[in-house]
Amino acid sequence: MRKIIYSAVILLAALHQDFWYWNDATLVWGFMPIGLVYHLAFSVVSGLVWALAVVYCWPSGVEEEVKQALAEMETPSTS
Amino acid sequence: MITLTIIIIYLAMLLALGFISARYSRGTAADFFVASQSIGPVILLMSIFGTTMTAFAMVGSTGEAYIRGIGVYGLMASWSGLVHSAVFFLVGIKLWSYGKKYGYVTQCQFFRDRFESSGIGYLLFPILVGLVIPYLLVGILGANSVITGVTRGALPDIFPTDNPATNGSIPHWLTGLVICSVTLTYVFLGGVRAAAWANTFQTIVFMVMGCVAFYIISSKLGGMEAASQNINPERLVREGEISHLEFLTYCFVPLSVGMFPHLFQNWLSAKSAKTFRLTVIAHPIFIMIVWIPCIMIGIWATGAVIQGADGNMVRVVPETANANSVLGIMVGKLSGDVLSGLVTAGVLAAIMSSLDSQFMCIGTMFTNDIVFHIFGKDKFSDQQKVLMARTFIVLIVVISYILSLYEPRRVFTLGVWCFSGFAALFPLVFAAIYWRHVTKMGAYVCIIATTATWVYLFQQSGYGDNELYKVMGLMPVVILMAVSIISLVAVSFVTQPPSKETIEKFIPSRAS
Repeated sequence: MRKIIYSAVILLAALHQDFWYWNDATLVWGFMPIGLVYHLAFSVVSGLVWALAVVYCWPSGVEEEVKQALAEMETPSTS
Repeated sequence: MITLTIIIIYLAMLLALGFISARYSRGTAADFFVASQSIGPVILLMSIFGTTMTAFAMVGSTGEAYIRGIGVYGLMASWSGLVHSAVFFLVGIKLWSYGKKYGYVTQCQFFRDRFESSGIGYLLFPILVGLVIPYLLVGILGANSVITGVTRGALPDIFPTDNPATNGSIPHWLTGLVICSVTLTYVFLGGVRAAAWANTFQTIVFMVMGCVAFYIISSKLGGMEAASQNINPERLVREGEISHLEFLTYCFVPLSVGMFPHLFQNWLSAKSAKTFRLTVIAHPIFIMIVWIPCIMIGIWATGAVIQGADGNMVRVVPETANANSVLGIMVGKLSGDVLSGLVTAGVLAAIMSSLDSQFMCIGTMFTNDIVFHIFGKDKFSDQQKVLMARTFIVLIVVISYILSLYEPRRVFTLGVWCFSGFAALFPLVFAAIYWRHVTKMGAYVCIIATTATWVYLFQQSGYGDNELYKVMGLMPVVILMAVSIISLVAVSFVTQPPSKETIEKFIPSRAS
């Protein structure tokens, strides 16, 4: 799952370069240029991908590592 | 006058927040500098987001969209949504853990330990502070432009000028003075906690007001569809405005968040690693909420017209207006006085939510990286430590304030130069966290070479005067990143890494 999510991030980076709307002046919903709509959607999808990264790729050992390190530091000295 | 009154009330509220935060202060230097590491997920999100959204995001984006069209969103906002969260995920959490384990308050403390070098802190400190100054300038210049725009004609007897665009406006010297003074006051009263609380309040204000401004301005222009019909067609596309290469190479600029000193301090204030989760997820969405209205207002401004005093339709934004003033003019001319005041308060919120974190970080850096490092921490009382931080902050703010009066630049351009400098140092922090073989000499050469290149390129651009400056069609940040990575890697391969104990401390081998 981790590899899938990191691949999704790289894919998103590639999709950022939207050649297909580069010169398209279409107004979506009557007011928003299609190139802007695309990147609005890009931002939303970025949030979703990072939500998946938080769920499936979270470095869960970090908190325990910190607690352990602090406990070890307290044991031999008091400063 | 109503607009001005609302702005004054808003600034008074911030001062009140500072006083209230001071009551929660534990009075210690630790509380002043990192809020005793007690910040939860919502406040962390608001604080980080508020810190990263500056005048660049509102004043800068609107003005740049007015000049170059919709592509500005893709240049910065959508790249930032992807890259910022990546940096928080890959770098922020790690730095938080080091800060928690080893008691770091600043980046220089981390780099000194990581590379077993006291000198690297003395090298990095002036460079980081030097790069923060244009960041402060972005905020002050942004505030100046917005206040000029919305207070045009408000006080013609007190502030007369020959230019109709500024006649009666609050002058830049006064705006900058007030903004800096209010921010300094609430930061001095409550330290990082005051900054975090103020950021939370201000983030809500500028997000809501950005949307309100968008709605009100579109209504005044006859609705969103009508407003969009008048847009200069060249601004609807990227062809002719932005090259593919420029669009691609802007991806490096958001890496700057990995080296922002004020973000580093924000990260350290987090209660736990889990506190970062909401920030990682919500950051791209929040950026979108702030930038989309600003981009739309900027492109609407290219064709927006209103009925003049003589009954003829006239441009809302005069042809001669500079980019920085577009948002202020649109808000000032198309909102009623009350809404103009509220929206302006929102823009000031974005500006001051960055200024406060930047002020805090430079004070923290000076005391910890220079004074304590030379003289020892225990030589000074908590009150003395806080006083030293405040003194240095005031010095840097005065320098930035003076520069703002004499060296106006396009906010977007100046912001990008500042971010490019920090982004170019990103390879250093990334390597320090993930590469066991990075060496002290590699770090030194990387910092020196990158800084020298930045200074050279910035000078070549007329110190930001040439807004379209490129190097072989590439954003300058590409050259800076290349210099940074090549020097770091090449020198690291031929020099001695730190001791095994130090490497294990930061990058434990898998067997342990």
